[in-house]
Amino acid sequence: MTTLIKYIKSFTLFELMKGLKLTITYFFKPKVTLNYPNQKGPISPRFRGEHALRRYPNGEERCIACKLCEAVCPAQAITIEAEPKPDGSRRTTRYDIDMTKCIYCGLCEEACPVDAIVEGPNFEYATETREELLYDKEKLLRNGDIWEKQISENLKRDSKYR
Amino acid sequence: MTSLSFELTIGILKIFSFVVPVLVSVALLVYLERKVLGAVQLRKGPNVVGPFGILQSFADVLKLLTKENLLPSSSNKFLFIFAPMLTLILSLIAWAVIPISSTYVIANINIGILYLFAVSSFGVYGVIIAGWASNSKYPFLGALRSAAQMISYEVSIGFVIITVLICVGSLNLIDIVESQKNMWFAIPLLPMFVIFIISALAETNRLPFDLPEDEATLVAGFFTEYSSISFGLFFLAEYANMILMSSLTVILFLGGWYPPIDIFPLNAIPGIFWFVIKVFLILFVFLWVRATFPRYRYDQLMRLGWKIFLPFTLIWVVITSAFLFYFGLLPN
Repeated sequence: MTTLIKYIKSFTLFELMKGLKLTITYFFKPKVTLNYPNQKGPISPRFRGEHALRRYPNGEERCIACKLCEAVCPAQAITIEAEPKPDGSRRTTRYDIDMTKCIYCGLCEEACPVDAIVEGPNFEYATETREELLYDKEKLLRNGDIWEKQISENLKRDSKYR
Repeated sequence: MTSLSFELTIGILKIFSFVVPVLVSVALLVYLERKVLGAVQLRKGPNVVGPFGILQSFADVLKLLTKENLLPSSSNKFLFIFAPMLTLILSLIAWAVIPISSTYVIANINIGILYLFAVSSFGVYGVIIAGWASNSKYPFLGALRSAAQMISYEVSIGFVIITVLICVGSLNLIDIVESQKNMWFAIPLLPMFVIFIISALAETNRLPFDLPEDEATLVAGFFTEYSSISFGLFFLAEYANMILMSSLTVILFLGGWYPPIDIFPLNAIPGIFWFVIKVFLILFVFLWVRATFPRYRYDQLMRLGWKIFLPFTLIWVVITSAFLFYFGLLPN
């Protein structure tokens, strides 16, 4: 009897029809695709994307050239040179990040005592040449200006877990 | 002289009126395939180029045309270039006998079905030549597989066609369609219909029978060495063959240009419309099957062809002819 049922099943293509039925139900289901450049997936406030140097609300740079980030950086992507300013404060004269070396571990962000260097939410900074990925202080400060609103919001949202 | 050139012009126009829609439907079919596969996998598929991404295949063809055509140094240059042309030409000349409606066909010959069968058997030469001329192991293996596969499934397709011919009593494709005015052959000959669709999948090297171009074992099968538009020609030929096989299915089993029921609002619609609808329905089944089933192993493929389909179709030929003879329904 079981053999007979087996034969009937195989000659009526029973299992194949079951498979086809399954795929046709999926065919009509709503799709999960995000239209990427127009629609983007949610990212965590802790997301470690492109680096940025922040400023205080009065426009002064946060970075005090303590070089903790340079020291902690496992990929040695950060280079800092500093000298005192005329008003006596320590400020960097050079703050370079080699984005081709960076491993996006976020240790610089964690080491920073004044929340100056942060990894922002931006991940769309692909370039056509390698040289464009060697970021200098100017570029990092500009990133900070562009993304400041989102960065500060993310830091606030994440602060209770720190 | 003038009447000759006039006839020539008409003939060429007629040919173009078939070839251009076929090539456009190939582009549409490639787009449709990507859409169907996407939908089954919960994706959206191409939707950027043109409205709903419908121009995607044209963009792809443009890309292929601008690429460099590489000739492997160890290949046989003439045959290497000749093979894709042969494959495409063979898949296009078969359209000469396909009747789109009761009056619209390039050549209404009395042995239409034999012509189609001969041309589709020729298709294997393009594959074999491509595989051999590439002078490389994967294309060669792919070509051998393809040849064996096409030959084995042509046998069962032959028997399926014979059953239909027994019911019709004519080799003319228009006669075959017209004898289905009251009932499509898909209903009385349902098992043959299913076998024909499965064999058509094998014949056109579609999944689950796409062993000649099995990525996992043969890179890309017989067109591994091809690039640029010579690859594009194989691609075009494969999809043109798919459309050809599905229109053959429509002609043999689904009543060609006849509406499903012969009542007023349906039979007022021109036959071409019904024909195209049915062809795309069968093509959808091809894509649906591709989205569903995994690839067969080679020995399973051969077993299915020779040990199941061949005896089954053979027995069915006998049953059908015995039935028709006993009830005196044989066509004269």
